[in-house]
Amino acid sequence: MPAPRTLLDKIWDDHVVCAPPGELALVYVDRHLVHEVTSPQAFEGLRLAGRRVRRPEATFATPDHNVPTTDRRLPIADLISRQQIDTLRSNCREFGIRLFDLDDADQGIVHVIGPELGITQPGMTIVCGDSHTATHGALGALAFGIGTSEVEHVLATQTLRQAKPRSLEIRVDGRLAPGVTAKDLVLYIIGRLSTEGGTGFVIEYTGSCIRSLSMEERMTVCNMSIEAGARAGMIAPDAVTFDYLRGRDFAPRDFDAAVARWERLPSDPGAVYDRSERFDAAAIVPQVTWGTNPAEVVGIDGCVPDPASFADPGQRDGAARSLAYMGLAGGTPIVGIPIDRVFIGSCTNSRIEDLREAARAVRGHRVAPSVHAMVVPGSGRVKRQAEAEGLDRVFRDAGFEWREAGCSMCLGMNPDTLAPGERCASTSNRNFEGRQGKGGRTHLVSPTMAAAAAVAGTFVDVRTWRTDA
Amino acid sequence: MEPFTVHTGVVAALDRANVDTDQIIPKQFLKRIERTGFGRFLFFDWRFRPDGSPDPAFELNRPEAAGATILLARRNFGCGSSREHAPWALADYGFRAVIAPSFADIFHSNCFQNGMLPIALADADVEELFRRAAAAARDGRQLRAVIDLAAGTVTVDAPGDAPFQRSFTVDPFRRDCLLRGLDSIALSLAHGAEIDAWEQAHGIAPGAGASSP
Repeated sequence: MPAPRTLLDKIWDDHVVCAPPGELALVYVDRHLVHEVTSPQAFEGLRLAGRRVRRPEATFATPDHNVPTTDRRLPIADLISRQQIDTLRSNCREFGIRLFDLDDADQGIVHVIGPELGITQPGMTIVCGDSHTATHGALGALAFGIGTSEVEHVLATQTLRQAKPRSLEIRVDGRLAPGVTAKDLVLYIIGRLSTEGGTGFVIEYTGSCIRSLSMEERMTVCNMSIEAGARAGMIAPDAVTFDYLRGRDFAPRDFDAAVARWERLPSDPGAVYDRSERFDAAAIVPQVTWGTNPAEVVGIDGCVPDPASFADPGQRDGAARSLAYMGLAGGTPIVGIPIDRVFIGSCTNSRIEDLREAARAVRGHRVAPSVHAMVVPGSGRVKRQAEAEGLDRVFRDAGFEWREAGCSMCLGMNPDTLAPGERCASTSNRNFEGRQGKGGRTHLVSPTMAAAAAVAGTFVDVRTWRTDA
Repeated sequence: MEPFTVHTGVVAALDRANVDTDQIIPKQFLKRIERTGFGRFLFFDWRFRPDGSPDPAFELNRPEAAGATILLARRNFGCGSSREHAPWALADYGFRAVIAPSFADIFHSNCFQNGMLPIALADADVEELFRRAAAAARDGRQLRAVIDLAAGTVTVDAPGDAPFQRSFTVDPFRRDCLLRGLDSIALSLAHGAEIDAWEQAHGIAPGAGASSP
C-alpha cells in the first residue's frame, strides 16, 4: 500500500515536472495571477530577452494595488500610477493575457476575483507576485506569493524552481463563540506562532472548527498564513468548496468529473506532517493588534502589554519600539482606545460576508463624529451584490464612505492613506510602521470590530456591545 | 546577473528584528516600472527626517556604516510583502549580502535572483557580530567581513580581536547559480521537453511559448 500522503504531498507530487540532479525541482504552475505593481519589470525582461508568455490562457491580470477607489470615470491624477496601470494594459495586449481592467465589471483585488470567478480551483498550483496569494489555498490549492523575477520565470516557462516546503498542520477544534470571527481566529494563531513560526512551512488548517467555516471565512484564515511566515496556507476541499465553485465563470465544464478528482485531494488518514499544532476555538476572544507586527496581538478584554513583561531582550526592545510608534502605554486597556479612522476592505476582509457582518454592527447607528470611516469592496461583483442587498445604504446612512474596488488603504499606494499619528481600526492584514501611511497607527481587527469601533469612536467588545446598543 | 564569489566589505549593523519589506522600501516608491534606481529610497522612512535630511541617528547614516556592503540584522529579516523592490533597493544602495539569524521565505528567494546573498547564522554568532560591530564603532573603526560563497564562510579578522569564522549553508543549486551568475530562465527553458511532456500528460495543449511546435 502506498504511504499516506498530505494534501500538500499530493499537489506537489502531481506538479513536479522534473528534478534534475543538482538542481531544484521544476514545479508546474496551473494559474498565474498578475497585477500592475510587481509585473512591469517581468514583462520588460521578457521583451529584452525576446521571450514569449508560455501559456497566456493560464494567466489572468487585474489592476488593484494602485487604483483609485473614487470615481473611475475620471483620469488617474497621479501620473506615475497612471503609467503603471497603462503599462499593465499594454503588456496584456502585447502578450495576449486576459485583463480585468478598471472599467471591467469583474475588476477587483486579485485574491478576491480569482476564487469569485472560479479561476482558483482545488489541486492547482497558483502563484502571483503578491504575498497574500496564500488566500487561494482556502479552496485546496497550493498558492503562494513570488517576486518579480519569478513572475518573469513563470511567464516564460509556466514553472518555478522550488524546494519542497515542510508541512505544518494547524488543527483547530471546537466552535468560535458569538462575536468571534475567522479574522480573530487567524490573528490568535499568528500571535501564538509568531511572525516567523511558519517560515519554511506550508500550513494545512484542519479540525472541526475549520471544517465549519464558510468558503469566505476560510479565505480570511489562509490569507494571513504569510503573517505567520508561511508562504502558503491550505484547507482540504470539501462540499463547502464544491458548492462555492459550482456555476462560477471559469469552473470546469464537466464539474462532476472535477469533483470526483478533487475528492481524492484531502490528506489521507495517517498522513504525517512535519509539525503539528492544536488550538481550541472556544478559547478565542475578539483580537486587536497593539504593535507593529501582526503577532503583537491581544484579546479585546486585555491590555497593551508592558514591554518590561517580556523576558527576551529582543522582544522587549521590539515591544518598546512598537509602543513608541503606536503612541500607546503599557497597561492601557484595549477597550476604550480612541480611533480616528476605520478601514473595511483588503484581500483579508472585503468579501460579501465581511460586508454583511460589518453592516449588521452598523445598522441603525451613526459613525462617531470624530471618526472617518470607509468601506472598500473587494471586487466589482462584491460591490454590486452589496448594493443589491442594500448594504451600501446601511453604510452610507451611517456616515461611511462607499468606494470602488481595490487594495486601497491596506497598503496606501493610492491616495487612501492615514495622516501621521492617525489611529485606524483596519480589517487589513499588516500593521507595519507606515503601512497605511507614514506615521499612521494601524490596529488589525475583524469587520465586526472595525464597524463597532466606527460607531463607538473607540474599541469596544463586540460580544457585549451589540446587545447594549 | 552579477556573480557572487568572494566579497569583502564593511558591515552595517541594523539591530532590529522583523525588518519588513515596507520598511526596506515604502510603498510610495513601488509605482515605478523600472528595476533600477531604488537605492535612494532604501529604508526611506527611517533614513530621512520629515524635511528630507538624513536622520543621523539611523544606523545606516552613522559614520561606521559608510560604504557598507554587508547588512547585519536580527531575525525574520525581509518579512511581509513579496516586493522584489526590497532586494533591488538593497542592491542598488550597494549591499551584496545580508546576515541575520533568519529570513522570510519570499525575500530569501528574491535575493538569489539579484546577485545578493542572504546568510543565516546562529543567534549567538549574530550576537557576536553585533558586539564586534559596536566595539569597532566605539573605537572609530569599521567592521569588515570576508564572505566566501564557494567555501561557505564568513570571516571577521580585526587586529587585536580573536579571529571569527563561521560556516553557512545555502541550497547548492542557488549557490551554483549565484557563483556563476546564471540566467535562471535560460536554465529552466533547457528543460522545455520535460515541460512539454508534463503538459501532454495533463491534457494541456502546447502553449504559445512551448518548445515543440
